[in-house]
Amino acid sequence: MRNAWIICRKELGSYFVSPVAYLLLTMFGLIFGFFFWNALGYFVIEGMQMQMRGQSFPMNLNEQIIRPLLSNVSVIGLFFIPMITMRLFAEEKRTGTIELLVTSPIRDLEIIVGKWLAALILYSCLLLFTALNFAFLFKYGNPDWKPLAIGYLGLLLQAGALLAIGTFISTLTKNQIIAGAATFGVCLLLWVLEWVSGYETTTWASVLAYMSVITHFESFGRGVLDSKDAVFYLTVIFLGLFFTARSMESLRWRS
Amino acid sequence: MIQAQALTKKYAHTVAVDQISFDVAKGQIVGFLGPNGAGKTTTMRMLTCFLPPSAGTATVAGFDVLEQPLEVKKRIGYLPETPPIYPEMETAEYLKFVGSLKGLSGADLQKRVDYACERCAVVDVKTKLLGKLSKGYRQRVGLAQAIIHNPDVLILDEPTAGLDPKQINETRDLIKSLAGDHTIILSTHILPEVEQTCEQVIIINKGKLVATDSVRNLQARARGAESVVVEIAGRNGNLEAGIVKQKLEQISGVSRVSSKGQEHGRAFFEVESHKGRFVRGDLARAVVEAGWDLNELRPAAMSLEEVFLQLTGSEAAADMGQMGKEEKQ
Repeated sequence: MRNAWIICRKELGSYFVSPVAYLLLTMFGLIFGFFFWNALGYFVIEGMQMQMRGQSFPMNLNEQIIRPLLSNVSVIGLFFIPMITMRLFAEEKRTGTIELLVTSPIRDLEIIVGKWLAALILYSCLLLFTALNFAFLFKYGNPDWKPLAIGYLGLLLQAGALLAIGTFISTLTKNQIIAGAATFGVCLLLWVLEWVSGYETTTWASVLAYMSVITHFESFGRGVLDSKDAVFYLTVIFLGLFFTARSMESLRWRS
Repeated sequence: MIQAQALTKKYAHTVAVDQISFDVAKGQIVGFLGPNGAGKTTTMRMLTCFLPPSAGTATVAGFDVLEQPLEVKKRIGYLPETPPIYPEMETAEYLKFVGSLKGLSGADLQKRVDYACERCAVVDVKTKLLGKLSKGYRQRVGLAQAIIHNPDVLILDEPTAGLDPKQINETRDLIKSLAGDHTIILSTHILPEVEQTCEQVIIINKGKLVATDSVRNLQARARGAESVVVEIAGRNGNLEAGIVKQKLEQISGVSRVSSKGQEHGRAFFEVESHKGRFVRGDLARAVVEAGWDLNELRPAAMSLEEVFLQLTGSEAAADMGQMGKEEKQ
């Protein structure tokens, strides 16, 4: 795994030397900052209204701010993931540097895991921005940190799964745009698949809904660690990386 | 060091490499010669374990490319046709990355990076971005990358393609200087390059092995008869080509004289001599004694080109000759 780490470090270098990482961080920071500001605004207004009416319903930061924001992050993530993964293999194929990697004494799997890990680390950096915002909640209120931690774990697992799919798609083409667009399409589809459960109750509908990455995030968002959902994400990660390996192999037999 | 046996690569509709067999001994520089699309790159990619062969076997340093690819890869330094560089990396940083990929670490890695930089003359661009380097420097960084882990075998795919003449000479000298420590296979479609750098030639055309021999043997094979091109001018601007031709034919040792045209009192001939006879001295003397000027006297064709003509048929050779000349200019 030393080799995977070498690849990972190189990929992180490429992200952070080019404007890619900073652009993504800025955009994500802005977008999430706006969401956070909104959520907080509603929370404050609601609190004031309750005081004026003399009611005293319990206000809960976890339920009213953290939980909806975490599911927002999981959706915003869908839009950022293609931009993270699209260059992973497509760029190497276009410039021919893939030949260097493949003719070096390392295994395909080490290349793949290294790249996927770098993408996951960049995504974690995006999540750090959300942590900055949440830090204010801890300063001025006292939310429970455990559901938040489980929420983050869910976000990472979900991102890991989508990044694995993006990594796979990136091996299929030399063109970054194609890789990015296809990944975006797949991410979007995996998000909206759960809609069928709204009007259908047959078996195929529940299978489709089960495949949706969003449904599996709900329990994490609530702060519940459900092994069923964790297993789903881990399976997608495994399958994504497995298909990436097969795709790299076929690349050689065909090219 | 390298053995290929009936190495074959088939794609869906074409056979790119068809049953090629050859041996390369340790420490040799071998030229892989053929027109564009002959299968040079494909063969090299099979040797470097980038592509698996469809049939046949190849071993590098005793390891099979299909059975023990990791062992083979450890012993090979490979420079693909376009140097595999990351434009956003600095030279030294890139060489460090490649070195660690090849299994080097710590002080050893630093030492090899310094060594490779020195050897390939890229010390002065160590901290420059690879994307900003000129083509010549990129090629040298590519070479540095190939020798970083001190491999037994160097495989270089068209190492001089796209360089200017000065850079070509530098690159050739560099490759020659590397020959002592490494076994080198380099591919090229440029004939003079093979003559100047290689000891052994493997000629392939349309995926098939055409010849494998030492450069000297191939040249000797071509040198059955010597032929020279002469340009002769009359003193006062008038010259009877017929008379000159007769005169040339009378020189002893000359087997055939063919006229190559005439303009403004100058005439061009190609003079062939019998095997083993060198007629240039006699020819020059005869021309001067007859009262004409001898403007030019040179060996007719590059000898390897002739071999190529014999071996691969005129079409490919004409193509190659063209390349050779373009490159020489």
